Amino acid sequence: MDEHWSVDGHRHFKAAGIRQVAYVPDAGLTKLIERCREDNEIETVMCATEEEGIGLAAGAWLAGQKAAVLMQSSGVGNTINAIASLITSAHFPLFTIVTMRGQWGEGNPWQVPMGQAVAPVLEAVGVKTFQADTAADVSPMIEAGLRMAYSTDQAIAVLVSQRVIGSKVWVAGSSEGKQ
Amino acid sequence: MTDFILRRREILKAALADRGDTLFVTGLGSATWDLASLGDRPENFYLWGAMGNAAMIGLGLAIARPDRRVVVITGDGEMLMGLTSLSTIGARRPKNLAICVLDNERYTETGRQPTATGLGTDLAAVAAACGFPQTATLRTEADAARLGDLLLRNAGPVMAVAKVVDETLPMAVPPRDGSYLKTRFRANLLGERSATLP
Repeated sequence: MDEHWSVDGHRHFKAAGIRQVAYVPDAGLTKLIERCREDNEIETVMCATEEEGIGLAAGAWLAGQKAAVLMQSSGVGNTINAIASLITSAHFPLFTIVTMRGQWGEGNPWQVPMGQAVAPVLEAVGVKTFQADTAADVSPMIEAGLRMAYSTDQAIAVLVSQRVIGSKVWVAGSSEGKQ
Repeated sequence: MTDFILRRREILKAALADRGDTLFVTGLGSATWDLASLGDRPENFYLWGAMGNAAMIGLGLAIARPDRRVVVITGDGEMLMGLTSLSTIGARRPKNLAICVLDNERYTETGRQPTATGLGTDLAAVAAACGFPQTATLRTEADAARLGDLLLRNAGPVMAVAKVVDETLPMAVPPRDGSYLKTRFRANLLGERSATLP
């Protein structure tokens, strides 16, 4: 296995001129969030809910800065009106990376419905989705997604499969199960 | 019932008389009409939707342009929908951001149904509890005389809640094409060339 996709992801952020990164933490995003937090040229904003990140990205763009929004698939459900009503209505660019749950090898039944709905729901409100099913897909999709979002004023989501992140095996009595 | 005396457009007009090149974001509905009633300008980004997002758009702007004052004008219903953003802004604490809630304790646009600000939620107290260094609830003319300093000059993040009369005012309708409002705002701030080239 080569180095983690977040190394390339952060490099693409820099090359694209990303200056603000909004996030709600997820285990699969930890390394990318840390790289962004350690970067003095990127302002990271920890959000209480993913919808906030959509507003932040629009505000940044109004002032000429590019942003990225990082979230887990559950959080996509919190963003839909903001994306439809603000991003799509006013033709704002948007770039988001979504780490998936509720698909490949999921062990928590409460994650499955939202995880399965992510791509069709995003597409229904005008977001183009790039679905990264292997680790090798992630870096080129981030690079291409950033270019497309900010060159064509489109909303782009890179969906990083649970197959890439690794699905949690739930064992009764284990203290390591994650939400 | 409430017995508020402050009139939303009068206090805004007085407070913003010397707004200069301040950047504004308005929450949908009454707050958009209120700011538009003072005269349309390219530094105003009016929301016609995206309820609950005004404060976060203000934060994105304030972070990107620490050299400029950013003021969010919104209503109590819109602010309640974006209540979590007060926690996020309180954690980030941008000095150049101020939020003004014109609080009539009503969802005005949908038929004047009561909001939670009339039933116990104190938005200035919420902001203070989230770490805003400057918060105020304005009820009297003397209170309202502070609004200009709160919004335009005091170190932020500022939360200024003005308890205002529930009244029917003429709609002052600004442009509603979001793409136009966005590009106009960017062209004014960044220059037309930077705002329109990829």
